[in-house]
Order: sequence, then structure tokens, then C-alpha cells
Amino acid sequence: MAKMTMVDALNTALHEEMERDESVVVLGEDVAVDGGVFRVTEGLLEKYGEARVMDTPLAEAGIVGTSIGMAISGLRPVAEIQFSGFSYLAFQQLEAHAARMRWRSRGAYTVPMVLRTPYSGGVRALEHHSESREAYWAHTPGLKMVIPSTPRNARALLLSAIRDPDPVIFYEPKSVYRAFREEVPEEEETWPLGKAEIVREGSDITMISYGAMMRPTLEAAERLQEEDGVEAEVIDILTISPLDHETFVQSVKKTGRVVLVHEAPRSFGPGAEIVARLVEKAFWYLEAPIRRVTGYDVVIPLFAYEKAYLPSADRVLGATRETLEIES
Amino acid sequence: MPREVVDLPYQVHYLSILDEDGNLLDEDLEPDIPEERLLRLHRVMLQARRFDERMLQLQRQGRIGTFAPVKGQEAAQMGIVAPLRDSDWMVPSFREQAASLWRGQSMESFLLVYGGFYQGNEIPEGTRNLPVAVPVGTQPLHAVGLAYGIKYRGEDDLVVTFFGDGATSEGDFHEALNYAGVWKTPTIFVCQNNQWAISVPRSEQTSSKTLAQKALGQGVPALQVDGNDILAVYAAAEEAAERARAGDGPTMIECITYRLSMHTTADDPKRYRDEDEVEKWEKREPLPRFQTYLKKKGLLSDEDIAQTEEEIKAEIQEAVDAAEKRMKELEGEELTMFDHMYAEMPPYLKEQREELADELGAKEGSDG
Repeated sequence: MAKMTMVDALNTALHEEMERDESVVVLGEDVAVDGGVFRVTEGLLEKYGEARVMDTPLAEAGIVGTSIGMAISGLRPVAEIQFSGFSYLAFQQLEAHAARMRWRSRGAYTVPMVLRTPYSGGVRALEHHSESREAYWAHTPGLKMVIPSTPRNARALLLSAIRDPDPVIFYEPKSVYRAFREEVPEEEETWPLGKAEIVREGSDITMISYGAMMRPTLEAAERLQEEDGVEAEVIDILTISPLDHETFVQSVKKTGRVVLVHEAPRSFGPGAEIVARLVEKAFWYLEAPIRRVTGYDVVIPLFAYEKAYLPSADRVLGATRETLEIES
Repeated sequence: MPREVVDLPYQVHYLSILDEDGNLLDEDLEPDIPEERLLRLHRVMLQARRFDERMLQLQRQGRIGTFAPVKGQEAAQMGIVAPLRDSDWMVPSFREQAASLWRGQSMESFLLVYGGFYQGNEIPEGTRNLPVAVPVGTQPLHAVGLAYGIKYRGEDDLVVTFFGDGATSEGDFHEALNYAGVWKTPTIFVCQNNQWAISVPRSEQTSSKTLAQKALGQGVPALQVDGNDILAVYAAAEEAAERARAGDGPTMIECITYRLSMHTTADDPKRYRDEDEVEKWEKREPLPRFQTYLKKKGLLSDEDIAQTEEEIKAEIQEAVDAAEKRMKELEGEELTMFDHMYAEMPPYLKEQREELADELGAKEGSDG
């Protein structure tokens, strides 16, 4: 067991998988010599050489488009887009080809690639460096969309993503990158994609979140217990798509009350899909309206006002208390 | 010298071997193509032409949907793929019927796809042709990635990708050339410059003198060929293939050709181009030129052509019958739309599949 940051854990996963499988290659801007601007790919070039760890030209569609070809040819590319705000240059490649090649070729050609990219606010960055647009990818049939929240699950989910036979968009919460350390098992560990996790059990209310927002959500849940004696069940979605609704539907059947937390804009965000599934599958168990605590439908402000945009533990706590007060 | 001309490594050559009447312009340039292959090239070229005509007829009769006719561009496609191996990859755009027929794709499969059935995209075991890519200029990047995979494994296969003049304005096309140049991948970029991107002429697509020179900007050697001269196209492809297999990286070939038919069957070219221009290009079209060449070589007679026409006619009819029979059989297979989205179907997708199955079942019931 070793205590690691999320950056260390992701780096460990990449080392482990490159060691285990020669078909794994890493490519992106500044990922080789520089080890990535967040150092997630540090040490890979030295160990695995330039044929497997490539500094690419500065062209995002090129990173993804060539990864698609590599994947069809039998490699397992792990591509990095330096910030998710620049991934839209590759949107066409992902939507028109990565997501559809299996379908279009009726299963003959597949695209087992991972696109790693940092998302989330809270790091005092420039414009285009703080946004959360996971809904774009989750809305595209054929892609998988994964967002870890801690060092341990980041390592386990990245290993699973690389081994997955389908294209996976892997959003890394950069505000968590070096925020805290967690015990990460010495031995290899994979977590299944498409499976949410109950990280805290409780019977009074269900709190659903993922990625960077797990921290304020969990903090709110702890304070609810300490200050109000309320036991919240907290669910980490982990895989935005394919969405595991079974876990949260069962929880809500038990608690009857729900608060959803994400930093992506509210309208058409992942929360909207979660609400829809709850309405379809647990409507008669609901004891209060479902509450969304999310980013607003605005461009995430530059960092002077960023705090006011991002859901905080206080905001989550307030919304949860209000939801608990509603009489059924 | 404070100011001097920078010596750039490449120039654009223009290559043509047959004149408009099918005579050799320079016997030294004639590629050494085995007789059997020359005759097969003729046969498949004729087949591509007649199949194109038949597809157009079927489309006009409402028996298949929209497709992009290949008429006039057969040499620009077949001259490229003919010298390649089966183990080389082909990454097409959406008008490569002639190249695909050469590489063994069945006529039936085209009829299925353009008849609206994705089952036509099923890939026969062992073939290395990617399916049609509709978004213009996006697929050359896949060719570079595939070629990287080949290079990574130390194999000497290569990847050829087709696109048109319009595609050279797309960003992904330039990114593909640039990546191929940096990685020195075994990739052949084939531009079928057919002079028209739907209604936009080549002159309005770019102010650059040739399309080939766009590759030079990325450090990739390029040449222009008479794309209606199958010998010139073949010779250019051989040269590019040799470079690729020797580890010397990519090449771009700009085939100067002409789209004698419409962009797709949904298009009416009379709205934007003169018939005079089409007539001028009809005189240079590839099929009679190649036939004249073969006749002069003593490999082909009018009787041979007539007999081949008869055989092809029968084969096409057979393919149409088989495709229409298959389409009938595939009616009612709507639930396959849920297949191949993921390696494993997620639970919510199974639910949606059930939903449609119930609806289709109910419909069946009410019909019965």
C-alpha cells in the first residue's frame, strides 16, 4: 500500500499497463519529454521509448484521428488532450468515427482507445481550462465516459478503460490531481466500467455526484450527520455513460429523497438524465422533488468569481436540508 | 547573402504516359504490368462503369437510395490499388466503387448499403478496406494511424487513402499530412481532383496552383498525374509504394480527373457547370484510352470487349437479384440497430431494444 495523489495513481496505471501490454502507446502534446503539463505521463518516455510515447504535433483532431487508425490496426492508444476545453477540435473524429467504427463495420473494426483529458474548475486557470462538458460525450452513442474522483479509483478505472474494447473518454478532475493522497493497493486493481459506487451508506436521503464534486458532496454528508443526525447515502457515478441507474434507483427506493451535484451547467447536464431515469424507475418512491446543485448555465467565470460558480459543501448542504424538510 | 531563395527539397512533377487517344507518349515511361493484370484492370474498369450506370438506373427507379457515382474516375482509383497487396489497407472516402471492386468488394454489398441496409458494410474476413467515410477529409488521419501501427510492428505493408479536391481545404487533411510527415508513416495520400466539390469548382477551392503542393508544405513529397491515364496513375502508385515500403515515408498523388456524372444522385450539375466542359472531359475519359492501348498491344479486340460486356451484364443482374432478395430477407431485422454499438450491450440499451421489440411484435400481430 502506498499513499498517492491522483497524478501519481494515474501515472502508476500508465506504467503498469505499458509494462503489461506492448500494444499500449501514449500520445499527445508534451506527454513525452515533458511528462505532460500535469506530469501524469512522467517517466514513460524514458522507460518505453519514443515509438510508444509520442510528443505529437499541436493538432487535436490529429491526435484523435491517428489514434483511431492505430486502434483499428491493433494498438491500444492512450491519447491525451492537454485540457478538455481543446478537445472540441477533435469532436468530429470522436463523434463521426471513434464512436461509430464498430457499428459502421458491423463489428469488424473496433476502436479500443482512451482519450484522457483534464476537466473541472477550481485551479485558478485561464479561460477554456476549467470547464465540464462531459455531457457532450455521454450524449454520443458508442462512446464511454468515465470520471474518477479519488487516486484509488482513478488508477483502477484507467486500467479498465485501457483494456476496454470500446473508445473511452476519461475526464480527470484536475482540482483533485494533487488535492489529497489516498492508499492505493500495491497489487493491480481494476474497477468495472458502467458501475456506480455507494461510497457512504445511509437511509435518509440519496446524494449523487461524481468527479471533483464528490468532495463537497461527501463533506456535506458528514456535516449532515454531525450537525443534524441525518444519514445520507452518497453515490459516486464514476461512469457517466453507460450510466448505471440500478445503483441509484435502488438507493432512492430506500431513501425517497435525492440531491444531485455536478459542476457542469445544469441544463441538459448529466443530472438531467439521472433525474429522468429516477422519474421513470422510482417515481412512486419519491417523497420530495429532486434537487440539482450544479454549475449555472453560463460560461464558468475566470477565477476571481469561480468559487461562486462551483457547488460548495455549504451549497450542497443547504439544498439537502431543504429537500429533507419537504413533507411527503 | 542577406536575402536569397530558400532551396526547398521537393518540386511537383506532372506525369502522363498515354495521350488522349491511348497512344504512348514516352515508351520508356510505360510501367511493366503483367498481361493478366492489364486484362483484369480492363475488366474491372468496365464492370465499375456498367455497375455505376445500373446503380443510377436503380436509384432513379427508387430501388436504392442516394449514392455518389464514380463515372470518369475509374483510372484514378484502380491505377492506385492495382499495384498494392491485399494486406495493404485502403481507407476510402465515399466514391471509391472502382477501387473497392478491384479489392474484392462485392456489387451486392454496395447495393445493400445504398439500399439502406448497413449489413452491406459487413467486412469479409481478411479484407483490409475501411468502410466508406462520409465526412469530407476526416479519414486520411485514420490512414496515418493505421500506417503507424504497421510501422510499429515492423511490417512492410502500407495504407492508401482516397479523398477529393474539396477535402484539401479541410483541416484534418492537413493534420494528416503533417502527422505522416513527422512520423514518416507508410501512407499514400490520393487526391482525386475531379474539379468539382458539388457546385464549387477547383478554382474557387484554393488559390494554390496545384493541390499536390499542399503536401510539400508538410514535408511530404507529391506529384501530379493525369488521373484519366491508368498507366500514369499506376506508375505513380508503384513509386509511392516503393518509398513507403522502404521506410521513406508518405507520398501524395494528385490525380487530375473529372467527375463526369453528378456529385451524388441528389445533385443536378446542370445548375452550376456547362455541358461544353463535360464534353471536353468526355474526350479524355479513361476507359476508351485504356482500351485503345490494349488493342494496340494486341491484348484486346472488339469481340473480347463485346463478350466481356455480356459477362458483366449478367454478373450485375445476378448481383441486383441477390441484393434485392437479401433486402427482402432483411426487412424486419430492425432490432439489429442495437448491435455493435458496444462490445457488450449496456442494460439501458437492452431495455430500449425490448421497447422496440414489443412495438414491432405488436405491429406484426395487428398485421397478422
